Amino acid sequence: MSAQAYVRKVRSGESGLWKSAKPALTRLDIELTERCNNDCLHCAVNLPAGDIEARGSEWTAERWKTLLTEAAGLGCLVVRLTGGEPLLRADFEEIYLHARRLGLRVMLFTNATLITPRLARLLKDVPPLEAVEVSVYGLTKETCEAVTRVSGSFAACRRGLGLLGENGVAFTVKGAVLPPTSREADALEAWAAGLPGHAGRPAFAMLFDLRSRRDEAAKKNKAIAGLRQGGDEFVSFARRHGDGAVDEWRDFCARSAGGRGDRLFNCLPMGSSAAVDPYGRLQYCLGLRHPGTVYDLAAGSMREAVTKFLPRLRETRAADPAYLERCGRCFLKGLCEQCPAKSWAEHGTLDTPVEYFCGIAHAQAVAAGLLDWGEKAWTVRDGSERAKRRK
Amino acid sequence: MTEKIDLSRTYAPSDDVVVREIEGEIVIVPLTSGIGDVEDECFTFDEWGRAVWSKIDGSRPLETVVQELLDEYDAPAGLLKGEVVGLLQELYERRMIVDKG
Ligand code: SF4
Ligand code: SF4
Repeated sequence: MSAQAYVRKVRSGESGLWKSAKPALTRLDIELTERCNNDCLHCAVNLPAGDIEARGSEWTAERWKTLLTEAAGLGCLVVRLTGGEPLLRADFEEIYLHARRLGLRVMLFTNATLITPRLARLLKDVPPLEAVEVSVYGLTKETCEAVTRVSGSFAACRRGLGLLGENGVAFTVKGAVLPPTSREADALEAWAAGLPGHAGRPAFAMLFDLRSRRDEAAKKNKAIAGLRQGGDEFVSFARRHGDGAVDEWRDFCARSAGGRGDRLFNCLPMGSSAAVDPYGRLQYCLGLRHPGTVYDLAAGSMREAVTKFLPRLRETRAADPAYLERCGRCFLKGLCEQCPAKSWAEHGTLDTPVEYFCGIAHAQAVAAGLLDWGEKAWTVRDGSERAKRRK
Repeated sequence: MTEKIDLSRTYAPSDDVVVREIEGEIVIVPLTSGIGDVEDECFTFDEWGRAVWSKIDGSRPLETVVQELLDEYDAPAGLLKGEVVGLLQELYERRMIVDKG
């Protein structure tokens, strides 16, 4: 018996929650649809809202509910409902409520344009237990709609945010540093801080991914690549409030130094998480759609996917000589976004180094004093020592 | 909610929470708004709390639950009773249990 507090409050992501084994699955990302009512310049996912073929192939609410029940049975605590725009689905409420009644916390990613008074009230009465994440791509009608390319999207987004605020639903806005919005970041932060219901600080997307389907829509890749910021711009953006970010990069690098060897999957929190696309195909994460890394849930089970398929996949080794020569020895793995999903989107492989992310990581390392200008990280002989270098 | 826990009454888990058992831990997840003081958290028990919680199922008055625990645990009656009431008070204030009469 203990005379202390009997009920322990925990964040569901806290490792201290589990005294014995961790559950087979702790987090599930569900892409309810690839369709979206916006058509953002930089989007790596979206199909048109009215795409009949995509819509007809999406899993039904019944199938999602069965899957959510299976996920909860495996110990899953958090489900992310994303898209495309997940609120395009008429059965969103049904899926959401099912997840919440199973005791899952819900991370909802939305552009807020389709939030109705009824949905806002539901989110108030049965809260998701995670701040709703809202993409706000522009502070004015002009900048916002230059990004979303949909007339009326600015007003609709503001209306949605207003409904969340009025109902006391916690939310966080996310921005993107794009040509129309690149000068708005500070103003967006200040505006977001004053919104009723806004939690935390806005995050900004800058390092845009190419289209993860590598299909017809990949024609857009050239345009997306043209929107990307270079290393210097990335560093100066991160530094706009001081050197806190650079200190973090240095610390992070010191904690995670050491090459990848021939390991492909170095992503840390992936141990017990999984993602499912709108058609019931389980993936390691939402960006990794390489056919060799996808598990068809219609022909198997969630349990088999997370206890057998994903652990086997995690053991995949790299074979690309450039990867082994560079990433295999590079001490910047904690900073660099290089991963199989990025290689897939850029090159259609799992292990080809992506020059863009390589350049960004090098720029960060130079800013943090870990590399000299022009030096290549993989040529540093003792990366662990170098990662401790202080300016 | 300042009502006191009464040993002659029967308590049960509230419909406002979802109770899950994951890897041997009982995890209580708020379903409706206003459970606990912060919404983005879930709750779990120490070992003792778990033993008590498993008996709070709306089927018998609290004094019967206390008697069962006295049979199972080697503890002075006054201390054990105080601990059970303390735990239920906390659960009641957090709206995780309801009074079934
Ligand atoms: S709102 Fe999101 S999903 Fe929709 S087009 Fe824009 S970035 Fe893509
Ligand atoms: S910085 Fe370059 S070499 Fe190092 S891990 Fe990233 S892509 Fe590979």
